[in-house]
Amino acid sequence: MSSNWVEACAAEDIDEEDVIRFDHGGRTFAIYRSPDDSYFATDGLCTHEQVHLADGLVMDEIIECPKHNGRFNYKTGEAMGAPVCINLKTYPVKVEAGKVLVQLG
Amino acid sequence: MTDGMLIVGAGECGGRAALTLRERGYDGPVTLVGDEPQLPYERPPLSKDAMVSEAEPSPKLIGDRQHFASRRIACVTGTSATTIDRAARRVTFADGRALPYDKLLLATGARPRKLPLPGADGTRCAYLRTHDDAMRIRGALWAGSHIAILGGGFIGLEIAASARKRAASVTVIEALPRILTRGVPEAIAQIVDARHRREGVTLACGKAVLALHETAPGIEIALADGSAVAADLLIIGIGAVPVTKLAQDAGLTVENGIAVDAQLRTSDPVIYAAGDCCSFPLAVYGGRRVRLECWRNALDQGGLAARNMLGAGESASAVPWFWSEQYDLTLQIAGLPNEGTQAVRRDLPEDAFILFHLAGDGRLVAASGIARGNAVAKDIRLAEMLIAKGAKPDPAALAQPEVKLKSLLVA
Repeated sequence: MSSNWVEACAAEDIDEEDVIRFDHGGRTFAIYRSPDDSYFATDGLCTHEQVHLADGLVMDEIIECPKHNGRFNYKTGEAMGAPVCINLKTYPVKVEAGKVLVQLG
Repeated sequence: MTDGMLIVGAGECGGRAALTLRERGYDGPVTLVGDEPQLPYERPPLSKDAMVSEAEPSPKLIGDRQHFASRRIACVTGTSATTIDRAARRVTFADGRALPYDKLLLATGARPRKLPLPGADGTRCAYLRTHDDAMRIRGALWAGSHIAILGGGFIGLEIAASARKRAASVTVIEALPRILTRGVPEAIAQIVDARHRREGVTLACGKAVLALHETAPGIEIALADGSAVAADLLIIGIGAVPVTKLAQDAGLTVENGIAVDAQLRTSDPVIYAAGDCCSFPLAVYGGRRVRLECWRNALDQGGLAARNMLGAGESASAVPWFWSEQYDLTLQIAGLPNEGTQAVRRDLPEDAFILFHLAGDGRLVAASGIARGNAVAKDIRLAEMLIAKGAKPDPAALAQPEVKLKSLLVA
């Protein structure tokens, strides 16, 4: 499954320093575009409660859960403090021909 | 300094304070004492998921026994503090134990305001503060049961929504002419009101309660207009009062809660107070003294008190923020809308909207929004940052959804 690259969206579908939700195969993911125009992907739900992170605010390399303000570094998945203590799973991302591809495996 | 840090009150605030002491490298004794049987848990689900989940839920702990034990935090449950001996720096507890401290944090929280009528503490009445309270109310919510709720505030309305999900019939009685009078703009309250009515809740606003009568099947609530509501259970949600007796008896200054300075110190410099039980000067509104009863304040102040107990010297700077969920609606408010003199409305897709509350000098002092799901969360969070900065955004820009709030933040 290591070559399981899935097309998530067009690169231009995400604003700079923002995030969108991507559902695939019964799972949900969050796809990010950083201020320096790189793309990243994590699991879509906050590890604190089951809340879609794509409704949250992206500032620099931090995504903040829309409900309880749990913060993660979306590049590394690192949980940044209360109320979140479990890291987010991250996925490799590449952009080809204007499409954002995520490696789900 | 060998007696260590003692925390009285093991809710969100006390629990977070204990964990923060260790995160910040404090190595001495840390003891956390609470009067509930459980370890610290999150209260927000009590009126929501805990009442509607399929199986009876366990409290959502902020850390299990192992989590605290591995950090050498001693947790004592099920006992309340009775006295503070400030000269000896020692607190005695109802179970007879006495614990010394170098520094003491009071995170005693709030308790539901009691309805001052005969019968309001009877078996047909319930209040919601604890997990055990929630489980008792949960047991009364079933298809065909009839629940009366006194108080059209957040607690009452969230319980009403949960009760409807479980197909109980619900009457909400509110003494004032509308629901959510405390800190929620009327335009938002109207959306919530309409939604409850559509879901089948009977809202009786402008009705004062005269008397309670226990009946064979339940309780009858006699209203001032001569009508009456019959229910299996009356849930009373008419606000909360800070738990201050311990502090007061110890001679600490109490002023709508245990009075603390910006660093959360009480009138005794080695005693701190944080969360629902304290009143503090709110920097963002010129140091006006406020007391907040919300989850994020409890969490933030727990952390802040712990850092200051270790000498950080930080001042409370947070903008008040809270949310409520009813059905699929989420309401979020940053700041205190009453501080504003005019409101600018930004309409968003799917009937969502945000009101930006501006002071006379043009400063943004609050923002309140309502939407299905979390559609206003991003913008409310950005508004919170604008409020914290003391920004004076152009009202025309606030009204236009095409203008990104993030762009106003860098302006």
